[in-house]
Amino acid sequence: MQIGEASGLKIGQATRDAFGRALEALGANYPEVVVVDGDVGNSTRTEWFAKAFPDRAFNVGIAESNMVSVAGGLAAAGKTPVVASFACFLLCNAFDQIRMSVAFPGLNVKLVGSHAGISIGEDGPSQMGIEDVGLACSMPGVSVIVPADAVSTRLATEAMLKHNGPTYLRLGRPDVAEIYDDNCKFEIGKSIRVREGGDVTIIANGLMLAVALDAATQLEKDGVSARVIDMHTVKPLDEDAIVEAARETGGIVVAEEHLAAGGLGSAVATVTSQTTPVPMEFVNVGDVYAESGDAAGLLEKYGLTSQAIVEAVQRVKQR
Amino acid sequence: MAVQATKLGIDELKEMATRLRRHIVNMTTAAGSGHPSSSMSAVEVVTALYFGGFLRIDSQNPTDPDRDRFVLSKGHAVPVLYAAMAESGYFSVEETLTLRKLGSPLEGHPNMRRLAGIEASTGSLGQGLSIGLGQALGQRLDGRDSRVFVMTGDGEMGEGQVWEALAAAGKYRTANLTLIVDQNGYQQTGAAKDVLDQTPFAERIAPFGWHTQTINGNDMEEVLAALETATGVTDRPTAIVSETKKGFGILPVMEEAGDMNFHGKPLSPELAEKALKLLV
Repeated sequence: MQIGEASGLKIGQATRDAFGRALEALGANYPEVVVVDGDVGNSTRTEWFAKAFPDRAFNVGIAESNMVSVAGGLAAAGKTPVVASFACFLLCNAFDQIRMSVAFPGLNVKLVGSHAGISIGEDGPSQMGIEDVGLACSMPGVSVIVPADAVSTRLATEAMLKHNGPTYLRLGRPDVAEIYDDNCKFEIGKSIRVREGGDVTIIANGLMLAVALDAATQLEKDGVSARVIDMHTVKPLDEDAIVEAARETGGIVVAEEHLAAGGLGSAVATVTSQTTPVPMEFVNVGDVYAESGDAAGLLEKYGLTSQAIVEAVQRVKQR
Repeated sequence: MAVQATKLGIDELKEMATRLRRHIVNMTTAAGSGHPSSSMSAVEVVTALYFGGFLRIDSQNPTDPDRDRFVLSKGHAVPVLYAAMAESGYFSVEETLTLRKLGSPLEGHPNMRRLAGIEASTGSLGQGLSIGLGQALGQRLDGRDSRVFVMTGDGEMGEGQVWEALAAAGKYRTANLTLIVDQNGYQQTGAAKDVLDQTPFAERIAPFGWHTQTINGNDMEEVLAALETATGVTDRPTAIVSETKKGFGILPVMEEAGDMNFHGKPLSPELAEKALKLLV
């Protein structure tokens, strides 16, 4: 069964595709936007913008360090550079360039990391961005957005371009479930309650939001009413929604396609521990590197399933 | 273009260079830390840029979009930049004595967020040329006739990112970008040729599609001529390999101290007094 199927969702575009189409469509209305590519534009989908606006796209070759600092310089000259690569190469290879050429000077650079998570599949762990959210969140002033589906990615892309400041947008490779319709309201830093529920809360983002919805569907059959929150912005975090969820439902499970360290789970736990301590459980990649394989098999093997979330909810309820 | 460059005569430029050197000694000795010798080697180039008719900037309107940019990639040499900025009117000469002190925007390395006129936050070596390339591409895209000058150190050329930027600038033929390599011959732990010899710079940079010159960077006339030539090139980026002496202007004092590198340390008040006597 595909992710989201249990909740009656259809499979739609990959978030990287939705981003690429959105950027291409927004290019005319945002004349200051330029793209800086490290020769992976056909993977990150910035090539669609580059084809439409060739003068505003720079492929600097396989050189992530230079790519990021060039984007910093373009921002210093008044441009809105979108610099895209695989999440792992962008955040891990060019971390110091993001720190010194973007975050520390507070420049308006849009960092876009595609192929995040283990669901990229066969290419294996060297290509999997599973540290990226933690690295991005560690830098003062950087907003971190992890959209779950095509519609919210399109809206996140425009919100990111409108926002003045360094921003990291995390995208995935595979096609994912369609969660939102065109009525979706997307605001950076404001989570979306995707499903009402009073017994427990599942907070998720990215690919894991649809998995969380599947878990909630299963839990409903078991007589547990689970609230599901799309925490698409990890930083700045929607603390009000977390506190409210803790108070009203008494337990939280956080699900994300990221290492345990530094991701959404850590961020949510920091809020609850200081405000509303409640039992919490975490569904994530843990503290290991994954391996090559098909995406569904990897998600199963590394515990990123609706069943894993259901079991986490059961543990929360027992405490 | 509304922004004008300051252009002093050769004698005034030499006097200005001496003034900047005095400021460097005074501010680093007052701070009790910093990199005076790394700053001294770059004085002629920085003086020529700010006062020799090259940088079209306005300290009273430091964010003018048409301005030229100077990116000091070897950020530890920032005292030379603060000295030139003070003489250009960005802040007072007295304020340079707040260097590295809590609350002062004159930080130990350049911080563009706190100080208008600083064009890049540097200090992690190797990033300035890429930043300058981005600025040059942005200015060109906007059809602005402005120019970006970037200064790296010779030790800094060990950073692979500089060579990434050299290749990319060659690809995009950014004729509005000039790199000055302040080849003062030393880096933190010793002579650059012993630590990691990257010379000859001009011969290695040129194949990336750059116009190159090699000069005595502590000779004001040579520096002016090289900058004149570089700004006249219209079809490719330009590099000036500026052969200098680390600590130029206070070499006898460094000799007396028995350290011709003198990296990352200020002159003691006694040595500073001796240095200032040389700088007249």
